[in-house]
Amino acid sequence: MTTKAFGEPIARLEDPRLLTGQGRFLDDIGHRALAAAFVRSPHAHARIAAIDVTDAVGVDGLVAIYTHDDLDGRAGEPLPLLIPHEALTHGRTGYALAKDEVNHVGEPIVMVVATDRYVAEDVCARIRVEYEFLPPVVGIEAARAAELLVHDDVPGNVSAHMVQENGDVDAALAAAPHVLELDLDIERSASTPLEGKGVHARWDADDASLRVYTSTQASTSVRAALAARLELPLDRVEVIAPDVGGGFGVKIVHPWPEEVMVPWAAIRLGREVKWTEDRREHFVGATHERGQLQHVKVGFDDDGRLLGLDVTVWHDNGAYTPYGIIVPIVTTTQLLGPYKPGAYRAEFFSLYTNTVTVTPYRGAGRPQGCFAMERTMDAIAAYLGLDRTVVRERNFIRPDEMPYDHGLIFQDGRPLIYDSGDYPATLDKLKKLIGWEEFEAFRAEARAAGRRVGIGIACYVEGTGVGPYEGGWVKVETDGTVVAATGLTTQGQGHRTVFAQVVAEELGVPVDRVTVTTGDTRRFGYAVGTFASRAAVMSGNALASAARKVRQKALRVAGEALEADPRDLEIVDGVVRVIGSPSGAPGGSIPLATVAVLANPLRYAFDREAERATQFGGPVDISKPPVAEGDSPGLEDTGFYSPPRSTFANGMHAAIVETDPDTAEISILRYCVVHDCGTLINPRIVEGQIHGGVAQGVGGALYERMVYDDAGQLLNASFMDFLMPYATEVPVIETDHLETPSPLNPLGIKGAGEAGVIPGSAVLASAISDAEGFAITRMPISPSDLYSLRLERQPR
Amino acid sequence: MKPAGFTYHRPATVDDAVAVLAEVGPAGKVLAGGQSLVPLLNMRLAAPEHLVDVNRLSDLAYVRADGDGVTVGALARHADVERDEAAYAVLPLLRDTLRHVAHPTIRNRGTTVGSIAHADPAGELTAVLALLAGTVTLRSAAGERTVTAADFFTGPMSTCAGAAELVTSVTFPVPEGRTGTVWTEVARRHGDYAVCGTGVVVTLDDDLRVAGARAAYVSVGPEPVVLDLTEAVAGEMHDAADWPAAGRLAAGRLDPDDDIHATAAYRTRLAEVLTTRALREAAGRAAGATTAARREASGGDQ
Repeated sequence: MTTKAFGEPIARLEDPRLLTGQGRFLDDIGHRALAAAFVRSPHAHARIAAIDVTDAVGVDGLVAIYTHDDLDGRAGEPLPLLIPHEALTHGRTGYALAKDEVNHVGEPIVMVVATDRYVAEDVCARIRVEYEFLPPVVGIEAARAAELLVHDDVPGNVSAHMVQENGDVDAALAAAPHVLELDLDIERSASTPLEGKGVHARWDADDASLRVYTSTQASTSVRAALAARLELPLDRVEVIAPDVGGGFGVKIVHPWPEEVMVPWAAIRLGREVKWTEDRREHFVGATHERGQLQHVKVGFDDDGRLLGLDVTVWHDNGAYTPYGIIVPIVTTTQLLGPYKPGAYRAEFFSLYTNTVTVTPYRGAGRPQGCFAMERTMDAIAAYLGLDRTVVRERNFIRPDEMPYDHGLIFQDGRPLIYDSGDYPATLDKLKKLIGWEEFEAFRAEARAAGRRVGIGIACYVEGTGVGPYEGGWVKVETDGTVVAATGLTTQGQGHRTVFAQVVAEELGVPVDRVTVTTGDTRRFGYAVGTFASRAAVMSGNALASAARKVRQKALRVAGEALEADPRDLEIVDGVVRVIGSPSGAPGGSIPLATVAVLANPLRYAFDREAERATQFGGPVDISKPPVAEGDSPGLEDTGFYSPPRSTFANGMHAAIVETDPDTAEISILRYCVVHDCGTLINPRIVEGQIHGGVAQGVGGALYERMVYDDAGQLLNASFMDFLMPYATEVPVIETDHLETPSPLNPLGIKGAGEAGVIPGSAVLASAISDAEGFAITRMPISPSDLYSLRLERQPR
Repeated sequence: MKPAGFTYHRPATVDDAVAVLAEVGPAGKVLAGGQSLVPLLNMRLAAPEHLVDVNRLSDLAYVRADGDGVTVGALARHADVERDEAAYAVLPLLRDTLRHVAHPTIRNRGTTVGSIAHADPAGELTAVLALLAGTVTLRSAAGERTVTAADFFTGPMSTCAGAAELVTSVTFPVPEGRTGTVWTEVARRHGDYAVCGTGVVVTLDDDLRVAGARAAYVSVGPEPVVLDLTEAVAGEMHDAADWPAAGRLAAGRLDPDDDIHATAAYRTRLAEVLTTRALREAAGRAAGATTAARREASGGDQ
């Protein structure tokens, strides 16, 4: 393997381990632990009148039953509202175990600990909870009507009402030559990682310390939350994210009720306790996203240029608001995409319903925003009889207008300023890739054969790499291997590969010599978490900074040993040498391993490597202390990266679909992606991120919905009825890239994690509308839905 | 998602199995491939006190095909039936249908007899058995009996099998005369239960005119629905028959329900379209099969 690592499409270093079954996921840990299970509310809205455990207490293997009454101190307080915001005037959170009211099916009420999960579930089945039923609020329309309330003290079911405006929208719309209005509807879906949540906790009474493994996207913050809630000193708590089988947003929420209860019970019982979420629990006991109603009013000129845009969003936040109002903020700011909107006003109402809580799911409000904007662009094109790409191009922010300030505040509390991007070039590439200009010939040919086809397009801009910071630590060991750590977590993205590439490039070592640890608070305690397409930007730059410092020290130490000016030295394949000299030249080079030995002066020779660093191991300058003032032993260092604001990636998708004139089945014939996430660390991994995102986008557009009945029961809480696309439903994805570096960070990179999913519903709605000849305004769409829409238009 | 406690039995012979079933009565449930039962147990939608695992009854792991039909033993996996060349030669409908049943991993484990004994109205094999007027053979300590598909299926997820009876085999008869068969369905995803599915048999007379047209449906009623659609196309030439009329006739006779995946109106529409398509294709196959058979009969020693 060569030194050149950054930018290369190398295979993922983690895959041999994961693909041969050697991964270590939460449920692979703690086989001797006691098992926990939870009694969850079967009702969407009720008061808890009584809990009767009479029939449960005699069960063989039962260890403990806990209700809210057992929760002492801060453990019994409401769970934290993680991201407060001044517009969130009526934020509400639940409890680790429900106190006196439940607000959605699935809310945990009783915790059972037993010798195994079978017994724990037997016990759960014997516990009787008596409820006083309250009428549930289900669906955005019911929440908006507010004839019934989710929380008695939240008028109108409104948790937050927020308006952002840039320019005089009313005046712009009044003066616009043309005005259109659209009503749009996006249904609920969810992150749905294949591994659900899970927590294992071990209390060491002798050491008075707690170790928690949890399937999370934010181990450092779980640690802080648990220390606070369980009233332990922070340095007595360590939290580790083991291999995590997918997160997609849901695992950024913390601490989950189970994340509090499992350690709490482990401390109280003095025993290891584990809880592994099952699939049915995940559907009703984790979180969902996406559900919104939108109203768009747009004013434009004869050329289709936007003059004023007024958007109102009714956002379903479910039963509680633990993650604040990030999703609707992202929707109403990222909706703008690559366009100049003219005067802009975005207003949202975040509404409570008696359904599972809503928190970010990959895309985090952007798919809905993209849907609103792109449906609007198509509506303008249809109204004016213009090509859909022409209308978009006319509204693009031009490259020479960068950085572009939208005059709004983004989800990180900082100005919404696009740093770079070349939208016209992206569109050109996409049109060539899909064959936009040749499509009408294809349509005519298909039509002659009795087939119905359509083409669609959707564009997006994605704010990535939000702060506040991430850090990295890099150390060269005395055998020449390099260990690195960053505090944020990994859920399958390939961090161990891309971060190794970053470190290898800076240090001049082969990439397979670098081992990266993530998400382990024992290794790196300062971190924020993995979300918002931020890991590569944040930890990538932090690790580059740490590795650069280590490189400087290595050159300095090597320079002393080689009696050379460090500025004349380079590191190639793990050897420090005089620039341009062959590595083997006597006196002209020194392995990085030896430099690491020399960087740590020793008294004791515990092995042969160490012997060289002892006081009699070689020539020393006795006029100086062994470790220079201001220096520290070892070849290691720490770096941090904190961005001034987010960096904005962009992309455009186009799709060709076929709709069956008889059965209304929808097939994707082609799916093309052009993507710009700045400088690429590893093109293969970026490609994989796009593929995974598109798969979820297709799911959200054509298959996935959370079907609640009027009583608030989730009718499809299983993988049999919640239709995630299989490989057979995901089209071949054709991709092309632009690399417009970000000026905001040293590596010039932008995030890529969420890109693929964002325009899924927008591009497929565009293509289906084109095939059918009428506008699709509600997604997802099934063949049955499409058939109903056809019937509405052509009564038989 | 852990099952409630049960007593596990693993008999080594059919006699032992039916003896255990007789002993435990309605508290017992037979476990074969487990593709339907195990999820029901894990979700505690079923909690039998006794589970009788028949996976050791290797005598029942067979597929037998002859000119009259295909008999499938209780331990033959879907994949065994799907890949059986002799069965395919006499009754291609079985393989054609099984390709629509879930996914290969499920077909490697699930049994054809098990899916019929489960009597899921969305199960393709229940519909094929009903379409072909097949039979089901049951054993108990008292002896053996064979019943028709029509008598066997008594409602959604329910059959005439008694608690002490083990379904030991099912027989799919080869339809008589010059016939062509087709299975087609629309599912939300590849391998899902169909939104609507139909299996058809078209019979042609010596002049290649339509003599019979029958269709069975899944997911449009509480149990397998079989319709005789011959009246819409009787006597018409195989390549000029008014198949859409047969489709409309079928749609008019079916009364599906709404569910979370599709409206009743959409299912009815699918039944009409799929019936039309399947009958046309089956008629073509019947004509082609006849032609091929004649060519083989007349040109054997060229």
